[in-house]
Amino acid sequence: MTVPAIEINDLYKRFGALEVLKGIDFEVADREVVCVIGPSGSGKSTLLRCVNRLEDPTSGTILIEGEDITDPDADVDKLRTRIGMVFQQFNLFPHLNVLHNLTIAQTKVLKRSDDEAEEVAKQVLERVGLLDKIDEYPIRLSGGQQQRVAIARALSMNPDMMLFDEPTSALDPELIGEVLDVMRTLARDGMTMMVVTHEMTFAREVADRVVFMDGGVVVEEGVPDQMLTNPKTERARRFLRMVQEK
Amino acid sequence: MALKPRQRQRLIRGLMYGIFVAMILVTIVVADWERIQRLFFNFEVMQDMLPEVLTIAARNTLVYTAGSFSFGLILALVLALMKLSTIRPYRLFATWYIELFRGLPALITIILFGFGLPIAFDGFRLPGGTLVTGSVALGVVAAAYMAETIRAGVLAVPRGQSEAARSLGMSSTRALMSIVLPQAFRIIIPPLTNEFVLLIKDTSLLFVLGTTPMTKELTKFARDFMTTTRNATPLTVAAIVYLLITLPLTALVRRLERKAARAR
Repeated sequence: MTVPAIEINDLYKRFGALEVLKGIDFEVADREVVCVIGPSGSGKSTLLRCVNRLEDPTSGTILIEGEDITDPDADVDKLRTRIGMVFQQFNLFPHLNVLHNLTIAQTKVLKRSDDEAEEVAKQVLERVGLLDKIDEYPIRLSGGQQQRVAIARALSMNPDMMLFDEPTSALDPELIGEVLDVMRTLARDGMTMMVVTHEMTFAREVADRVVFMDGGVVVEEGVPDQMLTNPKTERARRFLRMVQEK
Repeated sequence: MALKPRQRQRLIRGLMYGIFVAMILVTIVVADWERIQRLFFNFEVMQDMLPEVLTIAARNTLVYTAGSFSFGLILALVLALMKLSTIRPYRLFATWYIELFRGLPALITIILFGFGLPIAFDGFRLPGGTLVTGSVALGVVAAAYMAETIRAGVLAVPRGQSEAARSLGMSSTRALMSIVLPQAFRIIIPPLTNEFVLLIKDTSLLFVLGTTPMTKELTKFARDFMTTTRNATPLTVAAIVYLLITLPLTALVRRLERKAARAR
């Protein structure tokens, strides 16, 4: 039996008096695509940010390919190189052009040579269809292009898995498609993905499993067709009805 | 007859202009122009000041400014990082330092380094003469101001930037050096240039350290020249040289600020 890519055990996260995660147990298998849905404030982004320890969990453990990233002695920086992350606000480095956005961590963290890093950068830019923008600065790109560069930046580290934190929520509607296309290709190529999203069509089409969170707990999970068409819980039904009405 | 509001306004405006023009006319008529020209704009004195006013005095002013700015900037960076540190004693130290040296006259700090320390520690002196002692003293003061500027710049860089860097496996130090600080310094170039201009003027305080003919900066040079010639022209010349240095710089700051405002 292979180890899961991500294994979350009894995870709690509290911000002061506010308890955001109340005991999450959850797994993402190798090469699996999991979409996490739920109303805002349900804790899904916090959960995602705990996985690469941008947030420190209050209690519980998270194993990345069997290694406990919540262990105080864990080499978090090293584990993070295996986990690509894509943010809602892209967070490209505005003082660097596209090429250097993609090479800086390769050379400084993975100690790749400049030539090798540039070669990798070109390959991943090709994959997201933006090789022609290699010399541009982020500010000159559209939101959709910026997010595709951000995906390429994460890919340039050759991660074993990717986390997506509402990757299309900051985009104008007409730019969402190009980003989802890139993610769809990634999924098809066998990337392990954990995606927090409001894109139900994408979840239905691409996810192996959909997880519905509300109030800091996993309320329900299942295969997309069942989960999105015919959820068992009343809470999930109510949420999906509200989303579909928009 | 009562005036209408618009007429009244026009009358007041006319009066204001009238008073202004009258003051200028009176000044022109009453002033002793021959005397002013002789004592403030005396060409012979100006000629006597050349080339030393540029090759020694202006040069020293710029050298002292560069020295104190470089030293102050490095110290300010350390203080800013201490103030942003998670370690409380570091934060406290930086806060006290900044409050102390912003609260004291720069002259006190200069005298402290030039004379206070030698008295307290049996003739201890920084090596390198006026340049080093003056640069350290002025740098120590400037660092207090620049530390706050750098801190503000670091805080102005969005949190997502360091999060993105960390998510790529960079250590916190690496993220600071490669991602946050380069952006912070871009933001604070205008206020730092202002601090540079302030330092140019503050180097005039370094005369208290004592000078030789070769270490005089602009103000001291002008003052000594004034004493020997019994003529005020050297002051005018020094003022012009200061303005030749500072005006382009402040114009540059305005341009950078406009550019930064557009980029946002």
